[in-house]
Amino acid sequence: MSEPGSFTGAQLIWESLLREGVDTVFGYPGGAILPTYDAMTEYTIRHVLVRHEQSAVHMADGYARASGRVGVVVATSGPGATNLVTGLATAMLDSTPLVAITGQVGSALLGTDAFQEVDITGITIPVTKHNYLVTRAEDIVPALREAFAVARSGRPGPVLVDITKDAQQSRATLDWEAAVPQRHLRHIPPTPKPADLAQALELIRQAKRPVILAGHGIQLSGARAEVLALAERADIPFALTLLGLGAVPATHPLSLGMMGMHGEAWVNRAIQEADLLLAFGMRFDDRVTGKLKEYAPHAKKIHIDIDASELNKNVPVDVAIAADLGAVLRALLPEVPVADRSAWLGTIREWRGDSAVRDIKNLPDDGHLYAAHVMHDLWRLTKGEAVVVTDVGQHQMWEAQYYKHDGERSLITSGGAGTMGFALPAAIGAKIARPEAEVWVVAGDGGFQMTFAELMTSVQEEVKVNIAIINNGYLGMVRQWQALFYEGRYAATPILSPDFVKLAEAFGIPGQRVETRGDLAAAVARAREARGAALIEFKVEQEDSVYPMVPAGAALHEMIRRPSVLAETGSDPV
Amino acid sequence: MPHVLVVYTDDEPGVLTRVASLIRRRGFNIHSLTVGPTERSDLSRMTIVVDAEAPTVRQAVEHLRKLVNVLAVEQLGDRPMVVRDLVLVRVATAHEVRSEVLQLAQVFRAAVVDIAEDSIVIECTGSLAKIDALVDSMRPFGILELGRTGAVAMARGTRTPAPSRAPVPLRTGTGPEAMSV
Repeated sequence: MSEPGSFTGAQLIWESLLREGVDTVFGYPGGAILPTYDAMTEYTIRHVLVRHEQSAVHMADGYARASGRVGVVVATSGPGATNLVTGLATAMLDSTPLVAITGQVGSALLGTDAFQEVDITGITIPVTKHNYLVTRAEDIVPALREAFAVARSGRPGPVLVDITKDAQQSRATLDWEAAVPQRHLRHIPPTPKPADLAQALELIRQAKRPVILAGHGIQLSGARAEVLALAERADIPFALTLLGLGAVPATHPLSLGMMGMHGEAWVNRAIQEADLLLAFGMRFDDRVTGKLKEYAPHAKKIHIDIDASELNKNVPVDVAIAADLGAVLRALLPEVPVADRSAWLGTIREWRGDSAVRDIKNLPDDGHLYAAHVMHDLWRLTKGEAVVVTDVGQHQMWEAQYYKHDGERSLITSGGAGTMGFALPAAIGAKIARPEAEVWVVAGDGGFQMTFAELMTSVQEEVKVNIAIINNGYLGMVRQWQALFYEGRYAATPILSPDFVKLAEAFGIPGQRVETRGDLAAAVARAREARGAALIEFKVEQEDSVYPMVPAGAALHEMIRRPSVLAETGSDPV
Repeated sequence: MPHVLVVYTDDEPGVLTRVASLIRRRGFNIHSLTVGPTERSDLSRMTIVVDAEAPTVRQAVEHLRKLVNVLAVEQLGDRPMVVRDLVLVRVATAHEVRSEVLQLAQVFRAAVVDIAEDSIVIECTGSLAKIDALVDSMRPFGILELGRTGAVAMARGTRTPAPSRAPVPLRTGTGPEAMSV
């Protein structure tokens, strides 16, 4: 018998997860992780059985983004572990706190190319904040405690803990207090220098045409109230990044809308004409800056981000502050002068008027169903209160343009990595994290076919997600690029789909098909009323494109606008 | 323009992989990277000579600081420092030039550590520039083999302390005493 107070390594994993406040893990069993699954039966933590390990990471990602808690994934060695890589990269680029636990072959077999052995710690170095190879039971608790601390601290991100089978099977005592993590504290950014704060204040004071660039970091920092307070006090409008949508309310009078490649023309123009940019928790990604040399040429720039390596990376700035955004803004706020910038706001409003040409949502219904209709109506029908989880491509941009996100953590999407297949599993994770929320999947016909096996997970786990498939019969965003930049040669972009209604039925899920705008509201109502998951296929205009668009490598103000002929004929000339 | 970085890390297997992976992925052009033990048994010290402009070097420093295993990164460029490199070079020495080669070696205060019938091996320690000069002066005779350690650097005057209060590394990894975080 074992000594009193001792646990198997497998038990220590669950004991650690309990103490970290974990209520749900997403995973898939296999040989090298079997001891841990066997021990799971003694614990109350919910396990969600996925259909593919990549989906487990996306679910944990959705869970974490919807709730702000750390998402947890469990998988076995070899292919189980390698299937996590895309999900880890997705979480890494979008700063999602995750802990992935993988089984590994016994320590005596390490390095021998044993069955289902891969060097997952070697493979995942570039896509994790840190990772661990644990070969002894007594190292499990310190490694897991530190993994959670690293995942949460600073700029959050994924951490992988690879645990050999013999470490799961052998015994050790549990000393939680002795395992208090410290190394994540090595890189906590210093408090901002008073000189930097003073210079930032001076720039705000002098600015005539300032714009706040609101990013994902606002949500990660929990700085919504501070950003709004500063914007209102100094009368500064804010433009949002894709992941910043929802960080501050879209319907706020100072909200301009999304910036960047598919941002609103007036937003990009405001950035190009601004004399001061206040970049809050964003990283000047190429999708928001366009051509760097011509980006915001008249603007002084203040950049606040907790990750010092993001400062002066793409865009050189005048004031760079590596710190928690909320803390900096709390320090700045009392000093920020109350201002009236109605002249500047009025100018932007005028630009906005000019840009409404592309706005097809108000066009008369001409018998064509446009994705924009679907997004706009979905926004109205859900009163803008749903958590929408989008996949990657045209529908993702249309959703960002037409669904106005007011609530925090109300849009979950793969921004940095652009991972197709993300939406359905991430939505399942989001719904599990926030069961009271209405969760909608918005996916294209291409991306949905990558991970639709998770429909069965939603059935088995009784997770109600509503699914809107925007089916245009193409890998639409790629088709759009082929139309614009490859002379219309549609190489490998026409894509067939199964009968999605029958497919849903095969999973035991009610499925509907909508082909005209008139049928949309009733279908959405039926989906919302369904007890479990429900699917609607929207057959939309096949060759519609996302406008406006800044071509890759062009300056931000050089936008391609929706050809006006569409407004007259309803057919896309592209 | 070469910049000298001194990086203190946990003394664990795998740390060098993390640093090398970062340098490769971010495309930082390095001249040399050396790693070895320090006055503290739990720490390693790396000297990295980065061949890049100042903004790129600043990026490299910030990225290195994000590694959990990195305790501290110092950029030595802005203060006096000692930089030392060691070279072993085997020079072809036909009978008629041997004394000339030996004299040149003396000028560089280099030691002759091996003499064969038609070649000698010279060992020399010094600044990067001195080693370069020695190598250049030997080139006309014919360099048969050459190996350099890469630079090890230290600030002059004030002690550059190893980061204090370093948390004890986690024991994780393969082998009885090994760790490979």
